[in-house]
This record gives sequence, C-alpha cells and structure tokens, in this order.
Amino acid sequence: MSLTGRRAAIVGVANTAQARRLEGATSRGLAVSAALAALDDAGLTLDDVDGISGDATAAGLLYDLRLGPAWLGRQFGIQAITEAVHAVEAGEADVVLVVAAEAGAYTDRSATAPWTRPENEFVVPFGLFTAAEFALIARRHMVTYGTTPEQLARVAATIRTNGSNTPGAVYAGRGPITVEDVLASRMVADPFHLLDCSMTSEGGCALVIAATDRAADAASAPVHVLGSGSDHAGPAYRHPPAWDLAGRRGGLVLGRIGERAAGRAFAQAGLERADVDVLELYDPFSFEVIRQLEAFGFCGPGEGGPYVEDGGIGLTGATPVTTDGGTMAFSHAGAAPQMFQRVVRGVQQLRGEAGPNQVPGARVALCSGGGAGALFTTVVLLGTELP
Amino acid sequence: MTLLEPQHGPLPHAAPTGASAPFWAGCAEGELRFQRCRDCAAVTFPPVETCRECLSGDLAWEVSSGRGTVYSWTVVHRPATPAFAVPYAPAIVDVAEGFQLLSNLVDVAPEDIRAGLPVAVRFVAVTDSLTLPYFAPEAPEETP
Repeated sequence: MSLTGRRAAIVGVANTAQARRLEGATSRGLAVSAALAALDDAGLTLDDVDGISGDATAAGLLYDLRLGPAWLGRQFGIQAITEAVHAVEAGEADVVLVVAAEAGAYTDRSATAPWTRPENEFVVPFGLFTAAEFALIARRHMVTYGTTPEQLARVAATIRTNGSNTPGAVYAGRGPITVEDVLASRMVADPFHLLDCSMTSEGGCALVIAATDRAADAASAPVHVLGSGSDHAGPAYRHPPAWDLAGRRGGLVLGRIGERAAGRAFAQAGLERADVDVLELYDPFSFEVIRQLEAFGFCGPGEGGPYVEDGGIGLTGATPVTTDGGTMAFSHAGAAPQMFQRVVRGVQQLRGEAGPNQVPGARVALCSGGGAGALFTTVVLLGTELP
Repeated sequence: MTLLEPQHGPLPHAAPTGASAPFWAGCAEGELRFQRCRDCAAVTFPPVETCRECLSGDLAWEVSSGRGTVYSWTVVHRPATPAFAVPYAPAIVDVAEGFQLLSNLVDVAPEDIRAGLPVAVRFVAVTDSLTLPYFAPEAPEETP
C-alpha cells in the first residue's frame, strides 16, 4: 500500500483467441487486439492509458500506439502486474496496460520451443530444456519423499479436465483426462509424460491496472491486489536446478522457493491460507503444482503428492487449482502471456465469470508464476474486497 | 535395456567466457577443473570471477578426482533439438570436492540410475572442438 493511500486495482482483462496455431496472426496484431479488448472491458480507451508493460515489445507498442510520454514497466510475468500496481499506487501513472502475445515464434517442430532451450555453455551441450530442468527438481522430490508418477499424473489429469470444460481453451472438449491417460502418453523427460507437460500455443492477453477512482465505468467490479511477493535464486537455465541450492542467509532452499514470497504476500494481505478460495497456479509441468502447494503452505513438506491424490486440488476440493486448464489445456502462448493468464483467470473467478468451472462465491485467489526449474517463483493475492 | 551412450557429432554449445575458458581447456586435456578460493578455501562451480563465499578475486584452479554421486537425473526421450540422439540422461552430479555439475550419464541403463549412484567422469570428444565431461558408473572394484 502506498503512503498516500491511493489504491490500484485490476479493472479490465481479456484473452484473444488461443490455438496451437493461429494462422496469419502476428504477435503485434494479437497484442493490439488483447489491449483494446481489455480496455473495453474496463470501460476505458487508449486515450486514458499513461503506462504500459508486458514484455520486451512494450516500448515498441508504446510508440506504435502513440501512448507516450508514458510510464514503461520492465518486470516479467506476475511481477509486471505488481510493478504496475505499485506504479499507480505511488502516483507514477493512472492507467497501465499490461499486454503480451505470441504467434509465429515456434515453427521448427523438430526441436522443442525456442523459449524452452537455454543457451548457456554448461547447459546447452547436455541437451537440457525446460522439461528436463523441471524434471531434475521433480526427481529429487520423488527420491526424498516418495512422490509417485501417479500423483504427478493426478495433477495433470485434474488441470487438463478443467481445461476441457473451459470455453475458449485450446483443448476445450478434449476430456475428461484420466490419470491413466497421462501415464499412457509418451515419455518426454522422465518422470514427465507428454501430458505432464504444458502445450505450445499462440494467443495474447491483457490486463488494465488503474487507480480505483478511474474505474467507475468498468463493466465489472475492480479486483484488488491484496499482496504479492517474488523469490529468485539466480538466472534461469544456467545453473543446476538442485533442490538443496541455498543462499548466504541459509534456511530456504531452491526446492522451497516461493515460500518466502507467499509469506510476504499473505502478511501484506492479512490473510491466512484458509482464506484462499482458488489457486491459479502456474503449471508448466505437473510436479510444479505439488511443489508450489508445499512452498506456499497449503500442505506440509513432502505432503503434496498425497494431497493431490486425495482430491485437494479438484474443483470441489479445499484448494481448486488452475481452473481453466492452465498451460496444459488453456494456452501457453509464449513466455509472458502464460504468466499473465493465471492472473486473468484469477480475476475471472473473483468476478464470477469462470463459466462451468466457477468456484462458488470465490473472494480470494492466489496466482503464481515461475517454477523451481527456472529458479524463481512469484505470487500475487487477489481479492474482491480491500481488507 | 541397452546402456546410454554419449552423443556423437556437432552439438549446440556456447563459447566459453573469460572465467570458464580454463574449464573447457581442462576437458580437452582430460582434467575436470574447478575453482577454490585461496582466501577462504570455498569451492565454486560454474567458474566465477569472485568467490561466492567471501568475494575474493584470488581463485585457484584445481583438478577434481572426477568422482561423485548422482544427485538427480532425468531420461530424455524427446530431444531438445535433432542434434541429440535419444535417450539421454541429463543429471546433476555431486562431485567429491564439493560442487555440483550438470552432465549426462552414460554407460548405464536408465532403470539402473538412482540417487547416490557412484559415478566417475568420462571425457568424450563429441567433435574436434568440443570435449564434454560425461559421467559413468564407477567400476565396482574402484568403489571404496
């Protein structure tokens, strides 16, 4: 919260069409469509925008949309959203567009998607890519706690079935997906089968962050950012993603990354874990959901596998997870959109606009980004009301 | 099950930095090199300009025994690029001198890999210009 007491809220959200390939679409064209749709949702126009963020293309969009002079955000994923909130609350901007899209980036299908392949000298010659990096974290958890492939598959089956029931999801209508389906899919990087992994797809999305006094014309009630946090352990895909990697202060290790971030977010919000109605967890690989449930304090260390096996993450469980299908079944449109889409979905849940997978009466949502294979985890808590 | 094999032929790899050039030169000469701080004796890898413990710039290169144990691993069946023949097994190795290294496991069947498996470095010249430090199970008679 700012010293002036000014509050920012998420007042508009939008997804473009999402698909494995959107023939003829470009990243820029999708970004413009997403931006205009989110502004329309907010009851605002481009003339109201005095800030923009999203990814490396934001400065170009700022110029091409003639938004300048305007505030420019530089953070990635969840942190781009919290950075925009902080900028508005500090008085640096009034209406910030957070937008990203991707199309046409993944064309060589003989290789994994370009954003999954690291270029570091100690990584690239050993054939690492994101699935392998995240598998190294998952395997260590399995060795330490006895977590099973079936428990991982339960995560994937739950999220993919959510996506099957979500209008507009890339894999809408493709389910239900069972644990057996996941285990029967071909192996990508042991313990991850194909269906344990995110898809690749194209699409765009946008959010509008505005001072609450600018949100009077929004069609929907503003969604408040109650707390946020970020944990980083270094650059992604350069160093061994070892569960036990620790820093100078000791204590938390890489495998628990996100615990500190979540603790900070809950402290800001004045909320307990039990106050959260829905978890829009970033789901690049099935195990990452188990890891985050433990790191964020929804179950104890090593208890994530049994927790998901007992149905804790289902739509009727204690903590429904990734209710639109996430990167596994909704969309995974490049580096930035996939992160923003967790927050878009959190907003939809809190507005009661989540369709068949609406969590009844949802008032608080936790959204996350990153993952231990990538050496960072970011968290934001959304709510329908200010504390 | 057949044993995992080293890669052969051109692989994607990045040019060494100033700090890492001695490591790659060591691989070409059959030495697994790492840095130890002359001031605080901390071991660090990958190579750095200043000690990650005490920030000293006085780092000495040493040669590892090349022995270690498997910390974590995966067996890849869908290669990062077509340059890699599958299956291959990226792994984090706990090296005896006290550092961790990303590598690939070779000469082991995928189902025989386990955490704590004793391994030893095996240098393989995949091309004329790239020698990689792979790790293979230590021969039983060499295990203390």
